Amino acid sequence: MAVDFFYPEYEIVRDPNRCIACRVCERQCSNKVHSYDEDTGKMVCDDSKCVNCHRCVALCPTRALKIVPSGDTFKTNSNWTANYMKEIYRQANSGGVLLSSMGNPEAFPVYWDKMLINASQVTNPSIDPLREPMETRTFLGKKPTGIERDMNGRLVPNLEPQLELSLPILFGGMSYGAISYNAHECLARAAEAVGTFYNTGEGGLHKDFYKYGKNTIVQVASGRFGVHKDYLNAGAAIEIKIGQGAKPGIGGHLPGLKIVGDISQTRMIPMGSDAISPAPHHDIYSIEDLHQLVYSLKEATDYKKPVIVKIAAVHNVAAIASGVARSGADIIAIDGFRGGTGAAPTRIRDNVGIPIELALAAVDQRLRDEGIRGNISIICGGSIRNSTDVIKAIALGADAVYIATAALLALGCHLCRSCHTGNCNWGIATQKPELVKRLNTDVGTERLINLLHAWEHEITEIMGGMGINSIEALRGNRLMLRGIGLTDRELAILGIKHAGE
Amino acid sequence: MQKEGQIRIPAGCAISSIFSKSGKRIDGSQIVRSIKIMHDRSNGLGGGFAGYGIYPEYKNAYAFHVFYDSTEAKNQCEDFLDRHFDIINLSKIPIRKNPNITDEPLIWRYFVNPLPTKLADSQLDEQEYVVRSVVHVNDQMEGAYIFSSGKNMGVFKACGYPEDVGDFYRLEEYEGYSWTAHGRYPTNTPGWWGGAHPFALLDKTIVHNGEISSYDANRRYIEMYGYRCNLMTDTEVITYIVDYLVRKQGLSLSEMSNVIAAPFWSTISRKDPEEKERLSYLRNAFASLLITGPFSILLGFEGGLLALNDRLKLRSMVVGEKGDMVYIASEEAAIRVIEPDVERIWSPRGGEPVIVTLDHLRR
Repeated sequence: MAVDFFYPEYEIVRDPNRCIACRVCERQCSNKVHSYDEDTGKMVCDDSKCVNCHRCVALCPTRALKIVPSGDTFKTNSNWTANYMKEIYRQANSGGVLLSSMGNPEAFPVYWDKMLINASQVTNPSIDPLREPMETRTFLGKKPTGIERDMNGRLVPNLEPQLELSLPILFGGMSYGAISYNAHECLARAAEAVGTFYNTGEGGLHKDFYKYGKNTIVQVASGRFGVHKDYLNAGAAIEIKIGQGAKPGIGGHLPGLKIVGDISQTRMIPMGSDAISPAPHHDIYSIEDLHQLVYSLKEATDYKKPVIVKIAAVHNVAAIASGVARSGADIIAIDGFRGGTGAAPTRIRDNVGIPIELALAAVDQRLRDEGIRGNISIICGGSIRNSTDVIKAIALGADAVYIATAALLALGCHLCRSCHTGNCNWGIATQKPELVKRLNTDVGTERLINLLHAWEHEITEIMGGMGINSIEALRGNRLMLRGIGLTDRELAILGIKHAGE
Repeated sequence: MQKEGQIRIPAGCAISSIFSKSGKRIDGSQIVRSIKIMHDRSNGLGGGFAGYGIYPEYKNAYAFHVFYDSTEAKNQCEDFLDRHFDIINLSKIPIRKNPNITDEPLIWRYFVNPLPTKLADSQLDEQEYVVRSVVHVNDQMEGAYIFSSGKNMGVFKACGYPEDVGDFYRLEEYEGYSWTAHGRYPTNTPGWWGGAHPFALLDKTIVHNGEISSYDANRRYIEMYGYRCNLMTDTEVITYIVDYLVRKQGLSLSEMSNVIAAPFWSTISRKDPEEKERLSYLRNAFASLLITGPFSILLGFEGGLLALNDRLKLRSMVVGEKGDMVYIASEEAAIRVIEPDVERIWSPRGGEPVIVTLDHLRR
């Protein structure tokens, strides 16, 4: 119907003077935007299929291509924006739920950008990371409530299992299935090289990757895809995924077209079937049930591995975290409403949950108020975009952060937000072999390592500026932060002062 | 302008101490001479002293030194003390008027012991009972501030240069085996008497020079264990950390030093396996109590003295010895002025505690 026609959002501009009709763009585009016209000897394109992933732009040898907003507009309306109108047309046509990928792109406040970091002047010296040791080593896990000594008075190392990280950054959960074999390999190898961890997401662990086990966090989600005893014992820690920031309250959804070959085997489900995780864990209807699952997993792994409980940042997150801290879990991971996803209902992604900054501040303070902050470590994610976001998160109270979208960007993702189509031209969020192979695992691994090293450099530089030479002295050190342009209420929740105070 | 306790005030400082290992009692005039030579390291906004062994006649009672802003505050506090303690003796702390020390609060001294029935009811050990009482007064009672609470020891502090403070409190009339002193250089406060050093809890007193960068991380962690950092000073939080680690957790002083001025991981990795495990454990188990940024502290306690620098040694501190005497100060001059013939003199390395104790207490 005519009403369902949308003028393409983006227009591909081709400079005819530069184009040499080499057809690279045609070969690179899995969305079949570009084609060659035999009659004219020229390249043509169908903008309506373009997702703006920039693959053709990046690979065009003569820089003949660029993508610009098409400029077509409905009559301007601040209430009925073009997006809302199009969504109505789409749903009126299909009767379906709108799907989206990657994190919430809407214009909600980003509190990271409203916090500023301190530095030393005169009264205490800044520390030069080029000349003095600067420590980012981080341990995740419970702290003992008291020391113990043996008969000779020597301290007994009574720590429960810990994760040791060379820097307070881990790769967040992204399943094999949502992302490609090559993407997983890059994450695993980079984690091993840097001395941190990657996370399987809920898709199980490919048999080839068991060798990276000591740098792997294996996830147990509500669908229990790929979960078995060897899997649990393969990783360094187990994460129970209760919720995800992009879609709190519902389970994961991997379209059947991505369930092919090894993925079906790894997940232990039939080829081509949609992998739809239940919204809740059907053995966790309450906090006491979580306690039992935590201990079931500890039993299965002989109490040798920390258990992480991942929750989405929702309104009551502080109280929930308090319950989790008393459930026996060693680490809590909190995922903010801007966290990424391979596929989520648009309405949920853009409207459910709260910003990670507020959730993190509330959780850290609540656990301290209850005197149980030492019972549990906090990882926060969704979304951490750069090294100063990491510093601000740690100063608010996080022990470490998860990065996932940032890691995919390092691998080439251009945030076209079309993961659910399975046509990722960068070989990341796809299972098509011809696309997957575009992601060179040596290069990808190197780029992830580079990213972490770059952030580590920046983090240590800024720490030194604050006169802090070890990351634990930054943790929860909220005096190192000031708000800018925030209301008293926001400042109170973040537990920080305003700039100038 | 906000007062101390409403805002965090960075401060630079001078520190000094004298310790007689044989337990010989030295009058307070010496420590005053020592700290006076470092006059330029303070700015007249705070000075103070702690003396050990100064109350032999009441050595089994807790000596509370209290500042009151008003008689109402005094009545309220005394009412509280009456209900929780057996007050053996009370008096004003004797002072001498000094033109440079003004606006003094009411300054009182009480020798007390916990009421046995109250103590039993509380199900706390005696020290914890005393600590909670002190914290209660300081946290809850406007205008009352207990600034010294140990046995056979006492803190004397005020707003002013330390030599004037010593004169004001007539320190030459007290004799003790151990003295610490502090001259303060706060950066933006009119100064409040309670904010001067030493900071004390039970028999432990701390004088400190530095500005720690880990302050809020330390504060927010230690406050989980019932402490309230009302003054927002480094010294206060360091005192609580030491109390928590040593008294509540049962760490030794050198283990405590390994926590708050922990060796770098690179240093730990070079140790033998047993030591590596021990140091890694302490660093990890008490990670949030690591103190970063510059500090030199003198921790006085019953029968001993500990001196410690931050792990990078960002503040000066020297130790000198002569016979049974140990001298520790920010500057060598502060030692030589009272002991020109000091025999051994050295700068302890960052993070390496110097611990001295009375000879008769050592095994």
